[in-house]
Amino acid sequence: MVNIGACVKEPGSTRKNKTGSWRTFKPILDKEKCIDCENCVLFCPEGCINKDYDIDYDYCKGCGICAEECPVKAIKMERG
Amino acid sequence: MEIREEEFLAPGHRGCAGCGATVGVRLALKALGKNTVAVSATGCLEVITTPYPETAWDIPWIHVAFENAAAVASGVERALKTQGKDAQVVAFAGDGGTADIGLQALSGAMERGHNIIYICYDNEAYMNTGVQRSGATPYGASTTTSPPGKESFGEDKPKKNIPMIMAAHGVPYVATASISYPEDFMKKVQKAKEIDGPAYIHLHQPCTTGWGFDPSKTIELGRLAVETGSWILYEIEDGEFHVTYRPLQRKMVDEYLMAQKRFKHLTEEERERIQHNVDALCTELKI
Repeated sequence: MVNIGACVKEPGSTRKNKTGSWRTFKPILDKEKCIDCENCVLFCPEGCINKDYDIDYDYCKGCGICAEECPVKAIKMERG
Repeated sequence: MEIREEEFLAPGHRGCAGCGATVGVRLALKALGKNTVAVSATGCLEVITTPYPETAWDIPWIHVAFENAAAVASGVERALKTQGKDAQVVAFAGDGGTADIGLQALSGAMERGHNIIYICYDNEAYMNTGVQRSGATPYGASTTTSPPGKESFGEDKPKKNIPMIMAAHGVPYVATASISYPEDFMKKVQKAKEIDGPAYIHLHQPCTTGWGFDPSKTIELGRLAVETGSWILYEIEDGEFHVTYRPLQRKMVDEYLMAQKRFKHLTEEERERIQHNVDALCTELKI
């Protein structure tokens, strides 16, 4: 039989791959300082910050965009 | 503007830390919603989101070849229409898959008038294969196939103006956008969805790996491109051109260029030439 291509039947299955292991620096959010602007949520390349601003460290690669784009510097990058 | 909470691109994808392409796709899919079928050309996005047997897409997605994203999108759109199904078809292709390899298929799809949205995520070179120049690489940029040296100074040709080539097809909607201006971009995606017929959006998207800057600066670089007038946000609706964002005070292009390794080799004279070209276009557009 001629192989006509590949089909992946499980949507969103890259979730199996925990990219948090790539991380060197970890974003830590101080929720007291947060002004609910959603910059970090919108600009996260992994989409791993939810509406309650919980960061999913299983996937966070530690790029630091969230800390850079936070207008009130509520996110600090820490080693580990 | 109401922004959907739902995510349609799953984490765990293999994009570099600080990848701008995935930011662009996340935002576009938030604007489009679940009832969407996506098509990708070969490129970074295809490779990082679908490492077989996994996929990051939470909506139906298809990849065929490098050159035919627009042709595949056309076929999917026509098949859905024939079956009486109402779903938005969106194609994502990089600048290589748009300005060079996929241009013929894209031109054909625009000409035939399919009801599709084509989004070019433009990181200004072939990043997936190791930063080779494309037709969309800007003047002066160093890539592995336009290196600076004794006989060359980097890319010696201007960036190919794809959005205007698309506009010349007379399609109902053409826009430029940047991942650093999410509301502007998402509004344009929504407009593209509402319009009947082909829509083309050219999304400027900084690339940490290919441009040479810290991964945390992806959004900042996109913003600098717009604030310096190096990238202009506009839309062309039924032939009507208008600029959608004007920087309050345009910054010097040097600020954008010097923040990137790919422009570090440029002499003052060469950077002045780039500034001059930017000034000329911005003056014409009153930016």
